[in-house]
Amino acid sequence: MISQLSWKIGGQQGEGVESTDRIFSTALNRLGYYLYGYRHFSSRIKGGHTNNKIRISTKPIRAISDDLDILVAFDQESIDLNAHELCSGGVIVADAKFNPTVPEGVDAKLFPVPITSIAEELGTSLMKNMVASGASWALLGLPLEVFNKAVQEEFGRKGQAIVDKNIEAVKRGADFVLELAGGPLDQFKLEPADGKQKLFMIGNDAIGLGALAAGCRIMSAYPITPASEIMEYLIKKLPKFGGTVVQTEDEIAAITMAIGSNYAGVRSMTASAGPGLSLMMEAIGLAGMTETPVVIVDTQRGGPSTGLPTKQEQSDINALIYGTHGEIPKIVISPSSIEECFYDTVEAFNLAEKYQVPVIVATDLQLSLGKQSCEMLDYNKIQIERGYIVKDIPDREDKSMFNRYAITENGISPRVLPGEKNGIHHVTGVEHDESGRPSESTVNRKRMMDKRLRKLDDLKITNPIHLHAPHTEPDLLIVGMGSTGGTIDQARLRLNGEGITSNHMTVRQLHPFPTELIMAEIKKAKKVLVFENNATGQLANLMKLHCGNHDKILNALKYDGSPFLPSEVFEECAKAAGYKPHEELVQNGNL
Amino acid sequence: MATFKEFRNNIKPNWCPGCGDFSVQAAIQRAAANVGLEPENLAVISGIGCSGRISGYINAYGLHGIHGRALPIAQGVKLANRDLTVIASGGDGDGFAIGIGHTIHAIRRNINITYVVMDNQIYGLTKGQTSPRSGEGFKTKSTPEGSIESTLSPLELAISAGATFVAQSFSSDLKQLTSLIEQGIQHEGFSLINVFSPCVTFNKVNTYDWFKEHITNLDTMPDYDPSNRTLAMTTLMDTGSMITGLIYQNKQKKCYEDLIHGFKPEALVNQSLALSETEFDNLVAEFR
Ligand SMILES: Cc1ncc(C[n+]2csc(CCOP(=O)(O)OP(=O)(O)O)c2C)c(N)n1
Ligand code: SF4
Ligand SMILES: [Mg+2]
Repeated sequence: MISQLSWKIGGQQGEGVESTDRIFSTALNRLGYYLYGYRHFSSRIKGGHTNNKIRISTKPIRAISDDLDILVAFDQESIDLNAHELCSGGVIVADAKFNPTVPEGVDAKLFPVPITSIAEELGTSLMKNMVASGASWALLGLPLEVFNKAVQEEFGRKGQAIVDKNIEAVKRGADFVLELAGGPLDQFKLEPADGKQKLFMIGNDAIGLGALAAGCRIMSAYPITPASEIMEYLIKKLPKFGGTVVQTEDEIAAITMAIGSNYAGVRSMTASAGPGLSLMMEAIGLAGMTETPVVIVDTQRGGPSTGLPTKQEQSDINALIYGTHGEIPKIVISPSSIEECFYDTVEAFNLAEKYQVPVIVATDLQLSLGKQSCEMLDYNKIQIERGYIVKDIPDREDKSMFNRYAITENGISPRVLPGEKNGIHHVTGVEHDESGRPSESTVNRKRMMDKRLRKLDDLKITNPIHLHAPHTEPDLLIVGMGSTGGTIDQARLRLNGEGITSNHMTVRQLHPFPTELIMAEIKKAKKVLVFENNATGQLANLMKLHCGNHDKILNALKYDGSPFLPSEVFEECAKAAGYKPHEELVQNGNL
Repeated sequence: MATFKEFRNNIKPNWCPGCGDFSVQAAIQRAAANVGLEPENLAVISGIGCSGRISGYINAYGLHGIHGRALPIAQGVKLANRDLTVIASGGDGDGFAIGIGHTIHAIRRNINITYVVMDNQIYGLTKGQTSPRSGEGFKTKSTPEGSIESTLSPLELAISAGATFVAQSFSSDLKQLTSLIEQGIQHEGFSLINVFSPCVTFNKVNTYDWFKEHITNLDTMPDYDPSNRTLAMTTLMDTGSMITGLIYQNKQKKCYEDLIHGFKPEALVNQSLALSETEFDNLVAEFR
């Protein structure tokens, strides 16, 4: 019995790849397996090769695998493009319709299943997904009832006739492949899962759910890959809670509308990717200057310009930290798991109101769109903290304006919401005095700049970094952010095996930079290797800027649009540690 | 009930003596009092320009934002708190150049706010460059040989974009202007009021006298019917938009807030934020 397995489905975009993957993985999730998905897609809607890969495991996993056990192919292109990933003894389940062939040099077993004809016989080629997922399920020897239950739930509202048809498609796919294979394949027999309830979702869903839980009731946004799912989730949910999503004319309207709603006292957010963030920069400065809370999600994708809109990258770090002219207090945090996408979003709203600053939550495409298992989310961990908002303000004799920007020791001033009697004050992006009146006085300017910037002096976020540091003097400190953490974990198992000692740090608070915490870890290590999906080493540069140690800090960069593979992390680490891996290990690549 | 004096604060505007914007400020203050508002229930959201300073000169909640973005901010405020009366305000550059996209979409959206534009056919704050409202041939610092671009007709644009309230006034006519702002506030939907508000410092062509000579008050046209969209459009075209008064109003169309699925009459800001445990569990169950 095995503890993990990788499965991939490939075909033309729009022909059921997504739905096959969805049903198959939902059923696996019900059984309690840990899943990690990777979507390869292009900007086209119909046509163009696409594939979804999932890794199935009995233990928590947060990385794609290097290799592949089962490939389901709707066309020959899917075989030609992906068969090289198959480990020796792997299996291809392909639609018999196109007379599939196994490319030369690939050691895999081919099972041609008449996927399209079975579906058409049952009434529509749309049911290809059922035939294909049924065949996959059968090869693993998993209980069919669980699968059928998932089908029942997916199609229940369309009536029992439809459900039955789909269940029949599943059965036919399963029967056909079992006949060819002579029963479920022993080499793919998975150990039973822990049976614990888990969630299976993409990071963007977790962000949308987190926003709801945080009390966000208005989202203004403009569609963009890979952020749109956040908006789409909230469009479905917000009306039930009295809120709304406004699809604005552009991202400038999106952010300024969110600023307006937050100013008026309703938690509001926007979400976008690089191009949208670039458009928002001036308004982020307005939020900083007027001390208006606002939450902005940046789902990073390949830049610059339109760049690689459907591909992985982590290259907005500099823009998020330095973008907007002048100097404002601002928080940039970066979740590194689905759970954190949820909890960090809740926290982002609290931080924004506590410190009265813009808060940017930076994910990356793989984290935002990769579907993964997520531990049950804990209702009791959701706290809504609205910060220093004052109400019922006593009358003032002199009828002066309220000191919304009163100078205080920690820089945080009392907020009043429009509608409040005796709270009238002015809000402006022009430098202003304590009541918000424009002022160019040099004394006032300095006091106000200092007041705003000092707000973050004692910033406390839940986990500025994650640290797994078993060694006091490791060969390597391996650093990552966002979705790369799981891949690093995976590679470290192998590094341990090869006698290379490593500590692992995930940087979550990108700005203000948690210098002391990070410095302490850099000091311990012989070398520091920073993994990031960009071409210039933005995270490594931040570390050098704040922590020095330039000669110790090394780059591991990947900017071809795909996430790191565990084997690549292993190789880079081995190289940095001066270790020569055995040829066959690298080639096998089964890390 | 507050009087118009209660909408005054003790800040002295930094506008040039004679600037048209003074009267716009006074008209907003009077209209607010006339419709029975209290200062704390009014929010004035303005853009950047000489005109944009207006939110600082009215005793009400005021937000002076960034150039061209008064409208999205104002719409965000209104969605958050329907109980507030929201007035957005700014210059012709603010609303018809850098912010024209927002203007058209705010019109389409039809959120219940009032937009007062101080149209002086020039950029005042940046000391005299051409604006989309400048006449052809108009010489400014940025068009020393005269403007060669067409003059924008924002009111025709507004009507074609689906505006439900379109009016125009002149800052010298405080009475009409006040009345139109009142009607705009009372209109349930987006109201656009363009105000000829002369810049005495940088626009030596479109002066008070020039306007007096060129504009026709719709009150002098007894047959004019502001509910007739085609008539509004042809009248604007025939007069080169040199008319004042209520040009078009559609009282039938519901405002955006009333059309949002699930949106309650109670202001969102006053509603509870927390999800109950059952609500949360149900949301989470969808991902199992
Ligand atoms: C993004 C941006 N670009 C340019 C400016 C400079 N600027 C300030 S006001 C203004 C134009 C003002 O003209 P208008 O909106 O007609 O207002 P007025 O001063 O005439 O009342 C410009 C270009 C700015 N503040 N922000
Ligand atoms: S420059 Fe023109 S618009 Fe600006 S305050 Fe002076 S007169 Fe008014
Ligand atoms: Mg102007």
